[in-house]
Amino acid sequence: MLRKLTVFAMLFLSIALMYACSKNYDEIKLEETKISFAIPSNFPASAYNFENNKLTNAGFALGKTLFYDARLSADKSVSCGSCHQQFAAFANLDHKVSHGVNNCQGKRNAPPLFNLAWQKAFFWDGGVKNIETSPLNAITDACEMGTDIETVISLLKHTNPYPELFNQAFGSTEINSQLVLKSITQFMAVLVSGNSKYDKVIREENGVVFTSQELAGYNLFKEKCASCHAEPFFTDFSYRSNGLDLVSADEGRSHISGLKTDFGSFRVPTLRNIEYTAPYMHDGRFYSLDEVLEHYNLGVKASANLDAQLKNGISLNTLEKEQIKAFLKTLTDNEFIKNTLYSES
Amino acid sequence: MKISPYLLALLCPIILLLSCKKSDNTITSNTKSSFTIEFEHQVNGAALVLNTTNYKNAKGEDFKINVFKYYVSNIKLSKADGTTYLIPESYFLIDESKSSSKLITINDVPTGDYTKIEYTIGVDYARNFAGAQTGALDPINGMFWTWNSGYIFVKLEGTSPQSLAANNMLTFHIGGVIDPNNTIRTFSTEINAANPLRIRTDAKPDMHFIVNAAALFTGKTDLSFASLNFTMGGANSVIVANNYAKGLFRLDHIHN
Repeated sequence: MLRKLTVFAMLFLSIALMYACSKNYDEIKLEETKISFAIPSNFPASAYNFENNKLTNAGFALGKTLFYDARLSADKSVSCGSCHQQFAAFANLDHKVSHGVNNCQGKRNAPPLFNLAWQKAFFWDGGVKNIETSPLNAITDACEMGTDIETVISLLKHTNPYPELFNQAFGSTEINSQLVLKSITQFMAVLVSGNSKYDKVIREENGVVFTSQELAGYNLFKEKCASCHAEPFFTDFSYRSNGLDLVSADEGRSHISGLKTDFGSFRVPTLRNIEYTAPYMHDGRFYSLDEVLEHYNLGVKASANLDAQLKNGISLNTLEKEQIKAFLKTLTDNEFIKNTLYSES
Repeated sequence: MKISPYLLALLCPIILLLSCKKSDNTITSNTKSSFTIEFEHQVNGAALVLNTTNYKNAKGEDFKINVFKYYVSNIKLSKADGTTYLIPESYFLIDESKSSSKLITINDVPTGDYTKIEYTIGVDYARNFAGAQTGALDPINGMFWTWNSGYIFVKLEGTSPQSLAANNMLTFHIGGVIDPNNTIRTFSTEINAANPLRIRTDAKPDMHFIVNAAALFTGKTDLSFASLNFTMGGANSVIVANNYAKGLFRLDHIHN
């Protein structure tokens, strides 16, 4: 009897130990919720569709771990999440331009990361054409993470718990650039923001309606802004010069296209979650929405490639500005900003 | 081995269906074999030796080569009757500094006599933007641009006393797939019908190409390193691509 008890106790102990061991892998936090890529009903079909990158909880968890790991950068100080902070809709709060390794200041404002699965080109100049290869840019930029993919892979191969995380995600402890990029993509492409008040109004959910001020702002917005900031993404993904300077200090899209007519033009940014993504513009020159609206009201400069629609600016009186701001704040998606699935810990 | 009649009954319609899919001008053969392609790197007839040997461009300017690598992809073979076979997933990175890369083996090719070969110098448009790749196309190979994403098709680095760049550097990174700066070029050559590429189950031929690195600097436009010593995409890369489209590759002989 005693012997039986001992065996039982040992068995119990060993199970408990195994459980304790597995608990040691704090980094391996396989989400309890089944990770899925859900397209909001007011969104069109996505450009990226996980067809060749099967979305799994383990793949997402690995991508998230990589996203938040500063050890990937040259001086181990900068992770993707350093410049893409969830509370700023994965933009960089209060930073005009990206702040990379060795205190290096980049030249452009870190864009927010969400709804990327609908985007066909990335960065302010559209230089990268596939979401999967977009992290390479940040990894190798001297003023961002300042390293190279070879170094990153070597680090991951020799750093726990990565081999095990790759094993869980892809069924093998092999680590290569394709799997690194595909897992980061699993995290990035799942960042969907489509639960703002605006979305709920559009989808007629639970009787949510605009206030009269928001509605007035929405109507003004459709009249004055929507030709570039097209719904439902609040960008038409085009590249335009909005007359910030007579001669732009940054060549913008022309660096990629080689076209003089693209000099000083940048991708029209989304306005979703704009309440949290200050400072604004490609160089983060405006700290507030008031400054942005005043730029369009009276500040547009007649640069050589100025977008035709902005030739006369967009006249806005004080009341109209308040109404538009009220509407823009309905684009804030707090469920997204606070969703712990996307959080560092 | 006995095959159950049920299995046979199942297989027959499948085979029939498969045979229906055959297109008239695509080669299919029951037997398959392999062949090799050898790339011998030269500079205007002299062997290419990295770092040390001096060469002259068409303008008579001296230069040395430190790096020479390029992609060959989408290899397509044709028979005299016009039927073709595209070798699937054929992406190869040839690097002067890695001798093993200069001899590539192509497997699972339908047997037969082939009288023409063509391939892309570089990487096709679709694969440039198809996301994270592996093997020869892995960005780890240093042939992928991150700032303006896409592959570097041909990379030649070196020095020339005539170069006005820092340390007399020559930097030729040729790539870009969007007009007007598209640098995808196709090479094709007929194979002597008297000695075609004879792929047999008991014979694996070897194709021997001479690759002239100096072809980047002549052919359509003779380049002077004083005026062009650096290009990474754009209009100048197009000038270089137009040059090497003409003279980078020459089929020297085939060992059947």
